[in-house]
Amino acid sequence: MPQKTLANAAVDVDAEGYLTDFGQWTRDIAAAIAGEEGIAELTPAHWQVLEFMQQEFKAGGQAPSIRKLNKSGVISTKKLYELFPGGPAKKAAKIAGLKKPEGCV
Amino acid sequence: MRHLVICGAGTGGTVAANLLRKRLDRSEWSLTVIDRDDEHYYQPGFLFIPFGFLKREQIVKPRSKFLPRGVEFVLAEIDRIDAAANAVRLRDGRTIPYDYLIVATGTEIQPAETPGMLDGWRDTIFDFYTPDGAEALAAKLKGLYGGTIVVHINETPIKCPVAPLEFAFFCDDCLRRHGKRDRFNIVYVTPLPGAFTKPVASAVLGHMLEEKNIAIVPDFNAERIDAAARVLIGFDGREIAYDILVTVPTNMGSEMIERSGLGNEFRFLPTDPRTLRSKAHENIFAIGDATDLSSSKAGSVVHFQAETLAGNVLRAIEGRPLEPGFDGHANCFVETGRGRAFLIDFNYETEPLPGKFPFPVIGPLPLLKPSRLNHWSKLAFRWIYWHLLLPGRRIPFVPARMKMAGKKRPA
Ligand SMILES: Cc1cc2nc3c(=O)[nH]c(=O)nc-3n(C[C@H](O)[C@H](O)[C@H](O)COP(=O)(O)OP(=O)(O)OC[C@H]3O[C@@H](n4cnc5c(N)ncnc54)[C@H](O)[C@@H]3O)c2cc1C
Repeated sequence: MPQKTLANAAVDVDAEGYLTDFGQWTRDIAAAIAGEEGIAELTPAHWQVLEFMQQEFKAGGQAPSIRKLNKSGVISTKKLYELFPGGPAKKAAKIAGLKKPEGCV
Repeated sequence: MRHLVICGAGTGGTVAANLLRKRLDRSEWSLTVIDRDDEHYYQPGFLFIPFGFLKREQIVKPRSKFLPRGVEFVLAEIDRIDAAANAVRLRDGRTIPYDYLIVATGTEIQPAETPGMLDGWRDTIFDFYTPDGAEALAAKLKGLYGGTIVVHINETPIKCPVAPLEFAFFCDDCLRRHGKRDRFNIVYVTPLPGAFTKPVASAVLGHMLEEKNIAIVPDFNAERIDAAARVLIGFDGREIAYDILVTVPTNMGSEMIERSGLGNEFRFLPTDPRTLRSKAHENIFAIGDATDLSSSKAGSVVHFQAETLAGNVLRAIEGRPLEPGFDGHANCFVETGRGRAFLIDFNYETEPLPGKFPFPVIGPLPLLKPSRLNHWSKLAFRWIYWHLLLPGRRIPFVPARMKMAGKKRPA
């Protein structure tokens, strides 16, 4: 399994850089991944999303869909795209230390 | 008398009724199937209507014809499932009590989920996931001189995830045959990072798009549509202009699921991915598109789920432990135009891979490669659907669980 050094800590990641062991995640590591994804600073609004995603993951074993984030009242989809430009569901999951959202086939 | 009730008489509800009527003693168990209408469409046929390859009358039959004797077919709109009272409440005021319930209410397109989509509905914006939509599109395509056709997936998951790709390939093929291809741009717009979810198939299908001169716009999530200006506007600000938008709108489960308070954010029923029992209620099971499983929403998947579902309903009734029998198996033909099709065969763990199906080396069907034999097999699927799939019979050589034999992982 590939390893990577983030915020001075060695962590296990998959081929696309998603943490494979949530136990290794820290807020500093989150900030480091965010930096790599082009997000200079994690604001309280970012953290609200990340924490909601982690709760959902703990409850259901899956990162929530954009629709779920929107419906839960945590954040509007528009705002989500502003906070995590590009692919918000995937980016936020990566920063939150969760595995890549599965997506259906 | 005890009661088994099935909500929905589409693919899944019909197969379940056929498998379970045989195995439940008629003197002990009544079996009731509820649907809002008596028109069973062979949905894979919707893809062929816009191009004039099939007519609506050729793909519809009465639902009741495919239900076995000893089943009561109730024609009614389901208002909701009252899980606390073990009863299904119908719109017309009737209540149908159950001991066991199977949810097979499928998924529906929801154009209203995208602001602006309904403004251009069946004028410049079309779907081919309903018989009306497919027919309207057929009329529109016939009269087109030229322009940009955008084939669009609004949000995932959708049923038959390869259908929009097939639509784009058919478009290219049809225009070419009529000598009009150079007057059209075809653009494929998807929220996925590529042509398909899984990397090996995505690369192969992506290459196919390129070969056919179909532009792909990946990672696109539509915020709204300006129907008057004919542009699709993404959450990231990107704009895509079209003359005709052929969209697969957001797919959601039946509104009935939401009224029952049983669904997730897409109104899909949280279901155990291996046993097919509802996660919330021990006497509720689910099959097909109505579930929240990550397996494909497809008729072949319903077929592979059916045996596990029927077996587990019986096990639950008899108080035996359920079997985690379903592996996510899907088997889909992907039409690529010019009389050829791909075949993909995969499950929860194994992505679609190249090789031969159903037997190693001799096949005869090649996997992840266009072939005429695959195309003929897809056409034969219509016969198989009515005569083998719906009655719950075995399809020769195609086992419910996916097999690795014959598949090759590319280096
Ligand atoms: C364009 C297209 C192409 C496709 N191509 C393929 C293919 O090539 N291969 C393949 O395997 N699959 C294909 N599919 C997918 C396949 O048709 C579906 O996955 C399958 O039919 C799902 O079966 P189901 O029983 O879950 O749902 P359905 O067959 O859709 O049945 C659901 C039923 O529930 C009823 N219902 C819902 N709500 C209520 C209510 N409130 N009251 C009463 N009744 C209700 C509906 O009337 C409906 O009859 C395609 C689908 C489309 C649209």
